[in-house]
Amino acid sequence: MNAVTLAESMANIGNIGQAAPAATEAPKVQLNPAQPEPAPTRPLSVWLGAAMRAAIPPLLGLVLFVGLWALVSQASPQLPGPGKTWASAVQLFSDPFYRKGPNDQGIGWNILASLQRVGIGFGMAALVGIPLGFMIGRFDFLNRMTAPIISLLRPVSPLAWLPIGLLVFKAANPAAIWVIFISSIWPMIINTAVGVNRIPSDYMNVAKVLNLSEWKIFTKILFPAVLPHMMTGIRLSIGVAWLVIVAAEMLTGGVGIGFWVWDEWNNLNVEHIIIAIFIVGIVGLLLEYALIMLARRFSYE
Amino acid sequence: MEKYVQVENVRMVFNTKKGPFVALRDINLNIRQGEFVALIGHSGCGKSTLLNLVAGLTLPSAGAMFCAGREIAGPGPDRGVVFQNHSLLPWLTCFENVHLAVERVFGRAESASSLKKRAHEALALVGLTHAEHKHPHEISGGMKQRVGIARALSMQPKVLLLDEPFGALDALTRAHLQDELMKITAETKSTVVMVTHDVDEAVLLSDRIVMMTNGPAATIGEILRVDLPRPRERLALANDPQYHEYRGAVLDFLYRRQLRPAA
Repeated sequence: MNAVTLAESMANIGNIGQAAPAATEAPKVQLNPAQPEPAPTRPLSVWLGAAMRAAIPPLLGLVLFVGLWALVSQASPQLPGPGKTWASAVQLFSDPFYRKGPNDQGIGWNILASLQRVGIGFGMAALVGIPLGFMIGRFDFLNRMTAPIISLLRPVSPLAWLPIGLLVFKAANPAAIWVIFISSIWPMIINTAVGVNRIPSDYMNVAKVLNLSEWKIFTKILFPAVLPHMMTGIRLSIGVAWLVIVAAEMLTGGVGIGFWVWDEWNNLNVEHIIIAIFIVGIVGLLLEYALIMLARRFSYE
Repeated sequence: MEKYVQVENVRMVFNTKKGPFVALRDINLNIRQGEFVALIGHSGCGKSTLLNLVAGLTLPSAGAMFCAGREIAGPGPDRGVVFQNHSLLPWLTCFENVHLAVERVFGRAESASSLKKRAHEALALVGLTHAEHKHPHEISGGMKQRVGIARALSMQPKVLLLDEPFGALDALTRAHLQDELMKITAETKSTVVMVTHDVDEAVLLSDRIVMMTNGPAATIGEILRVDLPRPRERLALANDPQYHEYRGAVLDFLYRRQLRPAA
C-alpha cells in the first residue's frame, strides 16, 4: 500500500509540465534503479565461460586418472594401458549382440542379462520391502518384533546367501536373483520405516483432528511424506543390487557381466576385465542417475 | 446454550522420566455457544495443553469434558483445530487441503460437486479464491494460516480451536488476520477458543479472557469479561478508555501477579 501511494506521488511530481503517459513511466525507472534491464541477452562468451568452469575440474580429474593408469601400466607390463584398452573396447562394442553358443555371447547380451536379474531381484525386494517398511514404521509392536531379526541379518555378506538359494531353488539363475533380493531389501525396509517414524507430528495431528481413515492417512499423509525417504532407500538398494550382481554371477556362471569378467580372466584377457569394470561403473551411475531423476519428479517441494 | 463446552475439575499429569509432572489442576470452565474465549498466560502455563484437551488430542488424567452435551473422548470433526504452524500438507494444493477435511465430514451424505462447493466456499470466506490451486510453499505465512482457518471452518465445527494461530506472523499480517477472524466469526457465529500470548489480541477478539497461573500445576487464575460492543474497530479502540482498562487488567495479572522469576 505504501509503495502504491509513493508511486502515485512520484507520478504527480513527474507530471508537472509533462504528458501523462510519459510521466507514469518515468518514476518507475526512478523507483527501481537496481532492477536489471528487461531481458538482457547474455553474450555467448559468458555461457561458454560458465560451461568451462563447470567442466574443467571433472575433466582434469579424468585426465589425471588416465595418466596415472598409463604410468602404472608402463611399470607393470601385464596391465594394459588406456590406449590398448580403448582399442579393445572399440572392437568389443562394434558387435555387442552376437551369439555363438551359451558361453560366448556379445557384451550387450551380458549386460542385459545382468540388468534383468537385478530388475527381478530388486523389483521383488521393493514389492516386499516397501510395504514391510511402512508397517514396521506405523506399528511399534511390529517394529520391536522385527528389529532383532533385521539387525541380525542385515550385516550378512550378500554371497553368504548364495548356498541357501542354490539349495532351495536348485538352479543358478534363481539363486543369483535371490541374492539380489535378500541383499537389496534392507535399505528399503529401513529407510521406509525411518521415513514413517520421522513424519512430523503436525501431519499426524491433522490426521487425528480430521479423523481420517487408515486408508486416507496412508494415501494422503503417510505415502507422500515418506516418499523422499523411500526413494533414498530405493537408490541405496539398487546400488547394492548392482554391486552384488557381479560377485553373484561370478559364482553362478551363465550369461551376465559378472560371469563375463570371470570368463575373460580365464582367457587372461585383461583389457576386457578393465572394460567390464568401466561398464559396471557406468551402468551403476546411470541407474543411480535415473533414480535421482525419478525422485526429483516425485518431490513436492 | 449456557454450557456448550464444559470442563470440569480437569487435571493433567504427564509421565516424564523424572516422574509425574502435573501440568494442569482444578480446571473448571464453561463456554457458551457463540462465545469467543481467549486463553492467556506465560509460556509453559499449560494453555496449549488445555486446548489440546478440548481438541481431544490428549485425554485428561482426571475430570470430565463435554462438548455440546457429549463427552470428549478423542479428536473429532466437531472441533476444528487451527495449529500454530498451519500444518498444511505440502503435497496438496490449498483446495485439496480443505477438500480433505470437507470430504471426511460430509463425504458420505453429499455429492462430489457439493463437496467441492463447500471447499470453494471455505476458501472464499478467508479471501483465498485466487490461490486455491497453489501449493503451501508458494504462498505467504499469513495465507497459509488462512488456509488452516478455512480447513477448520469447512468442517462446520461446533467449536473452533485456535492454538496461537497468528504467533508466527509479522505484526501487520497478524492485525489483518485478526480483523478477518472477527468478521468470519461474526458471520458464522462460531464458538471459539483461542490460545494466545498477545494481550491486545485477547482483548480485541474475546468475550472472555481466561488468565492462567504459571506452571507447573497451573490453573485458571482469573476470568475477565470483555464487554466491548461488537463489531469492534481496532482504530476506535485504540483511544477507548474501557479497552485500556481491560488491557491494563490483563497486563497486571501477567506481569505483576504472575511474573515469572526467570524467562
